[in-house]
Amino acid sequence: MNANDRIRDLYQDVILDHSRRPRNRRAMDGPSHAARSENPSCGDEVSVCLQIDDRGVIGDIAFRGQSCAIATASASLMTEVLAGKTPAQARTLFDRFRAIAAGGAASAPGGMETETGRLNMLSALRHFPAREKCAALPWQTMLAALDNPKERQ
Amino acid sequence: MSVEAIETFPKPSVAAGGGSAPYDVEAVRADFPILDRPVRGRPLVYLDTAASAQKPAQVMDAERSFYAEDYANIHRGLYFLSQRATECYDGARRKVQAFLNAQHEHEIIFTRSATEGINLVASSFGEAFLKDGDEVLITGLEHHSNIVPWQLLRRRKGIVLKVAPVNDRGEVPLEEFTKLLGPRTRLAAFAHVSNALGTVLPVADMIRAAHGAGARVLVDGSQSVVHLGADVQALDCDFFVFSGHKLYGPTGIGVLYGKEALLDAMPPYQGGGDMIAGVTFEKTTFAPLPAKFEAGTPAIAQAVGLGAAVDYVNRLGLGRIRAHETILLDHATSRLAAIKSLSVMGTAPDKASVISFVMDGVHPHDIAQVLDGEGVAIRAGHHCAQPVMARFGVPATARASFGLYNTIAEVDAFVETVERVEALFVQ
Repeated sequence: MNANDRIRDLYQDVILDHSRRPRNRRAMDGPSHAARSENPSCGDEVSVCLQIDDRGVIGDIAFRGQSCAIATASASLMTEVLAGKTPAQARTLFDRFRAIAAGGAASAPGGMETETGRLNMLSALRHFPAREKCAALPWQTMLAALDNPKERQ
Repeated sequence: MSVEAIETFPKPSVAAGGGSAPYDVEAVRADFPILDRPVRGRPLVYLDTAASAQKPAQVMDAERSFYAEDYANIHRGLYFLSQRATECYDGARRKVQAFLNAQHEHEIIFTRSATEGINLVASSFGEAFLKDGDEVLITGLEHHSNIVPWQLLRRRKGIVLKVAPVNDRGEVPLEEFTKLLGPRTRLAAFAHVSNALGTVLPVADMIRAAHGAGARVLVDGSQSVVHLGADVQALDCDFFVFSGHKLYGPTGIGVLYGKEALLDAMPPYQGGGDMIAGVTFEKTTFAPLPAKFEAGTPAIAQAVGLGAAVDYVNRLGLGRIRAHETILLDHATSRLAAIKSLSVMGTAPDKASVISFVMDGVHPHDIAQVLDGEGVAIRAGHHCAQPVMARFGVPATARASFGLYNTIAEVDAFVETVERVEALFVQ
């Protein structure tokens, strides 16, 4: 695979679609969990809000921020695959995201094959280690949010 | 390296050097081994010289032959090699003295970098001359290295940091700068050329205005020595700093120029070997300039390499280098202007060969990534100048900077890849 093919792989249509029309990029009223992070090397910032409902699943998830196409697409995809999951499942999917971005196999016990398959659109990151940080930023912000419950009124 | 070679350095005049022969960029490129290296299967197009310049073989050879033939620690007495190494090190200092047209050799202090030079002045000048309520005036175009040392000093000494504003073209209007000079202004510290935007600041007028208000002046010449050169006596600046690695020289070596009387009046920055006249446990007397500010074994080989870089730039002639770079800048500026989604940040009429730009709906990192796929290396980010980014309301820009080895064909390859970025991302 030459450099140009790799660039096309990185910026494949599905990534460009998520970056141009990000899903769930919006504010959320009264989230149960929230966090904000920035990447000091580029000044990008992402905030993630979660609503974990009475059943203990992520009933709503949204993000905001100013970031590159990779970070935006990763955030958008993340909100889609994490909706309806438990925090434990979210952590499992984060581990799979890391494995895929590092070029490893993502097959692991715990199901969620469909979600894992969707994360494979980020597999070109294995050729761009400097951009793994961009894609990881929203995920790490999501993990920070899980550890940061808001005071309920 | 021979002592004779060290002692023959060219005149510092900006217009001198290279004579009137046409600028032969292909011959220049042959001096830079890395330019032959393919990147991602394509010829390297290196457009990040403002971050760090590539090195000519002459610089590498100078360091190598210094290690191979002349190396020992300096100022270590009587044996032959230490004397040779000391001569080489001092010879490099004289080359820098001539390059900056400093009055005295001992006004040239070798540091690690421009950053260390500014920290030295903040610490030592700040210690001797600044007290609670005194003001230091900088500009909105500064690199973090000319902001943070003053903030650290503010914490220690209670100084007030004032910032001259930047206009929409990326200039610091002289009258705005002058307005902020007051009876408590002790020091004005500003870049000669903005690293983020390429703006050339009216430093001669700024220095005159600051001196008129009784302030001392530090000029950050990191970006200017490469394009314009500097005559510190004509400028009459009190301090001037630059980094070797941006001047086609080694990393880990920089220069602080300071006027003799000021440097003499300032306390040492670091303590250690080489900076003392005599030490007892009761009292230490310090060595005279420049040793007072060069504690410990310095970057000897890197200083020798910097001397070779100064020779190299002098041989080509800064005037001819600037003329070549201006052709590249003008060509790139006019071609980029045809790209609808692209805006250039920093449109001052007097610019060094730096173009900062943004594209509607495309993050600078994505621009740089696509360019990298074509072997084109540009910088994307805040350029260690986040206040400049904030002034223009962007988190980051993409920045192409041109050096003495770049060609029109490389500018074209760059612009055509940017056009592909537009086709890929902008709908």
